[in-house]
Amino acid sequence: MAEVTQLIHEYLRHDKKFPHVLCPGCGHGILLGSLIRSVHALGIPKDDVALVAGIGCSGRVAVYVDFNTVHAVHGRALTVATGIKMAKPDMHVIVVQGDGDALSIGGNHFIHAARRNIGLTVLVLNNFIYGMTGGQCSSATPLGCWSTTTPYGQMEKSFDFVEMTRAAGANFVSRGTVFHVKTLDKLVRQALVHPGFSLVEVLTPCHTQFGRKNKFKSPVDMYQWLKKAAMPLEAYEKLDPDKRAGRIPIGVFVDNHEPALETRYAAMRAKLAKG
Amino acid sequence: MTNPKKGQTRITIYPDWCKACGLCVAFCPAKVLEIDVAAGCARAVREQECVNCGFCELHCPDFAIVVTPRGKTRNGGTQPPQENGN
Ligand SMILES: Cc1ncc(C[n+]2csc(CCOP(=O)(O)OP(=O)(O)O)c2C)c(N)n1
Ligand code: SF4
Ligand code: SF4
Ligand code: SF4
Ligand SMILES: [Mg+2]
Repeated sequence: MAEVTQLIHEYLRHDKKFPHVLCPGCGHGILLGSLIRSVHALGIPKDDVALVAGIGCSGRVAVYVDFNTVHAVHGRALTVATGIKMAKPDMHVIVVQGDGDALSIGGNHFIHAARRNIGLTVLVLNNFIYGMTGGQCSSATPLGCWSTTTPYGQMEKSFDFVEMTRAAGANFVSRGTVFHVKTLDKLVRQALVHPGFSLVEVLTPCHTQFGRKNKFKSPVDMYQWLKKAAMPLEAYEKLDPDKRAGRIPIGVFVDNHEPALETRYAAMRAKLAKG
Repeated sequence: MTNPKKGQTRITIYPDWCKACGLCVAFCPAKVLEIDVAAGCARAVREQECVNCGFCELHCPDFAIVVTPRGKTRNGGTQPPQENGN
């Protein structure tokens, strides 16, 4: 094992201020590393990547990496990415969003981008909270959890991003965690080359705004929890249903190969051009 | 029996980048690393025990730790290289 960090440093924008702005132990940085390794492993040139980020701590990851990057409006990363992909279908258009960005304020765009099956690689950094703005609940905050807007515990059920994206019609749906980083690298690589809408839900600790108010003593404690709670989907499916509580399946949930929107669009244009 | 992988590596930690989150310290299988509280960063206190598993490098959220084979020339400094400082 060598040159992992050196490789990452080759992709960073060293004119930005480092260390980056994220809190000690924030998992978002691990996903950035995973993304860089995955793009590099596939031999995709930096200039062929458009990285569109939403607003939030998760959105900050796009600031530090030397791809074509857009820091979009909160919740609207997918709309910008949709435009880029339709205009430049050969580009690898990657979207990084938080749980708040993707499925709270941006939920409508998310559902429809998945339904259209447009060829985007969508990395949702799910830390169960609005990290950047001070720990308000999001649509991913689990039942009973503390947040600044649920001081007596969350009483709304949370979204299951995987089931939601499956139901909306996306081609590729997966979940990983920043602790299981080799699996995560594999999922990101798969999502990058899979045609159509490709989701990786990335479970990631925010100790500052979520963990410390929900009985995790330290960032390390949250990684211990991910280590214990997550398990491969195949093993999860074999578990006795009453032993599933507290366990989180990770892996590939949907692996379809329907034509992506931009492919249908190109075919339509070719047909119309023939007259 | 000694692990043949042991002692083959050098660990560099960029002190300005490390935020002392403790992730590498907690999960290093060979207990190579500790937090230097006064300095506010991680330190390789038992470098010779490193089994080159790669956990620390793959998980450091701040790209602050480098594991290189012993004998290989590195940039050597306490700052990361700045290949694309444009
Ligand atoms: C239109 C709009 N509404 C609200 C905000 C304030 N705001 C900024 S980030 C954020 C939530 C971020 O949460 P999430 O997407 O989960 O990202 P995290 O910080 O947790 O990574 C909100 C509500 C904004 N910037 N723009
Ligand atoms: S507030 Fe949470 S999400 Fe934001 S940088 Fe800190 S740990 Fe990460
Ligand atoms: S994981 Fe990185 S930032 Fe955290 S203590 Fe180790 S070297 Fe420092
Ligand atoms: S490579 Fe593995 S054994 Fe060596 S310091 Fe890092 S975590 Fe410890
Ligand atoms: Mg969030």
